[in-house]
Amino acid sequence: MIESSLLVFIVGWLAATLRVATPLLLATIGEIYTERSGVLNLGIEGIMFLGAFVGFATAARAEAAGLGAYLWVGIVAAMLAGLLTSLLMALLTVTLGLNQHVSGLGITLLCTGLAMFGFRLVFGEQAVLPRINPFAQIVLFPGVPILDPLLNQYLLTYFAFFVLVPLSAWLLNRSSFGLNLRAVGENPEAADAAGIDVFRMRYIALAVGGVLMALGGAFLSLAQLGAFSPGIVAGRGWVCIALVIFARWDAIRAMVGALLFGGVFALQLRLQTQGIGLPYEMLLALPYLVTILVLAIVGRRAPYPGAYLKPYRRE
Amino acid sequence: MVLPIITLKIERHAPPGWIRAFLPALAVLITFVLTSALVLMAGANPLEAYYYFLLEPLTSRVSLLEVLVKATPLLLTGAAVTLAFSGGFWNIGAEGQFLAGATAATAVGLAVQQFPAPFAIPLTLLAGIMGGMAWIAVPALMKIRLGIDEVVTTLLLNSVALLVVSALLNGPWRDPISQWPQSPEIASAAILPKLVPRSRLHLGFLLVLLIVVLLGITISRTAFGIRLRAVGMEPEAARFAGIEVWRVILTTALLSGGVAGLAGAIEVAGIHYRLIEAISGGQGYTGIVIATLSGLNPWAVLPAALFIALIDTGSQTVSRALGVPVYLGEVIQATLLLVMLAVLLLQSYRIRLEHK
Repeated sequence: MIESSLLVFIVGWLAATLRVATPLLLATIGEIYTERSGVLNLGIEGIMFLGAFVGFATAARAEAAGLGAYLWVGIVAAMLAGLLTSLLMALLTVTLGLNQHVSGLGITLLCTGLAMFGFRLVFGEQAVLPRINPFAQIVLFPGVPILDPLLNQYLLTYFAFFVLVPLSAWLLNRSSFGLNLRAVGENPEAADAAGIDVFRMRYIALAVGGVLMALGGAFLSLAQLGAFSPGIVAGRGWVCIALVIFARWDAIRAMVGALLFGGVFALQLRLQTQGIGLPYEMLLALPYLVTILVLAIVGRRAPYPGAYLKPYRRE
Repeated sequence: MVLPIITLKIERHAPPGWIRAFLPALAVLITFVLTSALVLMAGANPLEAYYYFLLEPLTSRVSLLEVLVKATPLLLTGAAVTLAFSGGFWNIGAEGQFLAGATAATAVGLAVQQFPAPFAIPLTLLAGIMGGMAWIAVPALMKIRLGIDEVVTTLLLNSVALLVVSALLNGPWRDPISQWPQSPEIASAAILPKLVPRSRLHLGFLLVLLIVVLLGITISRTAFGIRLRAVGMEPEAARFAGIEVWRVILTTALLSGGVAGLAGAIEVAGIHYRLIEAISGGQGYTGIVIATLSGLNPWAVLPAALFIALIDTGSQTVSRALGVPVYLGEVIQATLLLVMLAVLLLQSYRIRLEHK
């Protein structure tokens, strides 16, 4: 009896880990593309938040209009919002060569403000949070013990783990696109001399990154919650900034990191709901502290892209 | 200190003074044009909205005082970030240092029940400074000893600070009387006296003005200030001129963290009298907006912080009067940050080694 309830707990926890890790993985991969080109996008927290809002608001309107594919309309709208904001980030940091961390924080503040402004404008001040019917989980093994509860996941989770990660690993490490991206991030002067359009590559990297970040945010509102609230992202973007370093700018290691950190979050949630009196904040602080520790150990050898934070100017 | 033959000279290759003063005004104008689209979306007249934003708060004594109340912590976070950025230490962690300062101040404020005010208040504020310094010490040492970029470390410690506050308020400090996650009230002797009766304006405002002036003098008029700006602009050149760069970085970081921590302490001792989770609510990040708006000129922090405080107050006025969501204020601040950053391109700095 005890063993089986432990098993149920573990399977439930692992299943939750996959769900919790999904938005982290999407946004972390997005930030990896961005940073590999030599640009730090601290707009990530805000872009996730805006993605969550735009996805939700569009889906809610489309649902009210009786559109069958309202959730997918929301997803597309969120990705578009991520694209536009990251293009703004690119305009500021790539074209104008402005300070990347201040621009990124500005984007986060802007997106947060815009999302909250829009939320009030679209839904007004309501006592109850507006809700939609969220994405359903896919049942692959109905009735099969362990596999059924474990693999009962959202399509976006399958996409993140089984499409995005292998595709990104290949793109970043094996394809000519990835090699060019790395050249631009490591040594833009040499890349430029070799005929690679540095500005274009950085725009593409930021755009891909922004779309993935917004998708991560939309996963929260359109799949996990079916609602939007001011605390929906709650620092997940900053966790992703930590994860990128933890993963040393590698897609596969990002998956491992997202699963580890996702596992910690999922465990904390489950312990909390079971009323186990552990100060859950300690668990939540782990991702940040572990990353700082990793940085301290790796030190100067942290493989930051060579042109990290440096705007490129053509002489 | 400085080699005899080489002196550092910081030059500002800027257009004449009137243009420098004109840049923030230009940024404000561009920002208002851009954000008027949102006002229109909310069904209001932009000109009317900006009247309520910028002028209406100045017409009544209550809201005028409220602008000063809101400016009090912002002056400090703005000065903290300006100081750090001028010294080339990219402190993104004023938010965390603010929270650490507020936490330390609350701890001392709760412990000084038996003390008279002349001791309790300085001790509480000092605790805030120490808390902020402690919180920035780790990123500062990691930068100096291990060469680790401080942007990420200071940023991540913001989230950790918020979690520490939350753990304290839901655990040992949970006020047994109220059910809210908030600490008990600090000792009454540790509370900053009111400056104007029946308002929220307290003695901390004058203290903050004094500190901003002192920091302005430090950055612009002292030998340390010159070293700080030299390290901020070109650390290699500064090292070549015989400046102990690590010492300057450490001092800059600790000062910046201490000032941000003091902001947290002043909010505890002057406004809330206790620790709450929303004690900062992003004021550390707003410090970055203010520092950018001031173009890293320490004297410009004063008008910049007052202006942001005016927008904070004004967004509530606009919301009440015209029904425009209060978050317009946040959008305006963020837009202003980005526009100002771009407008600053019109101004350039240069450092020169001069042979005598």
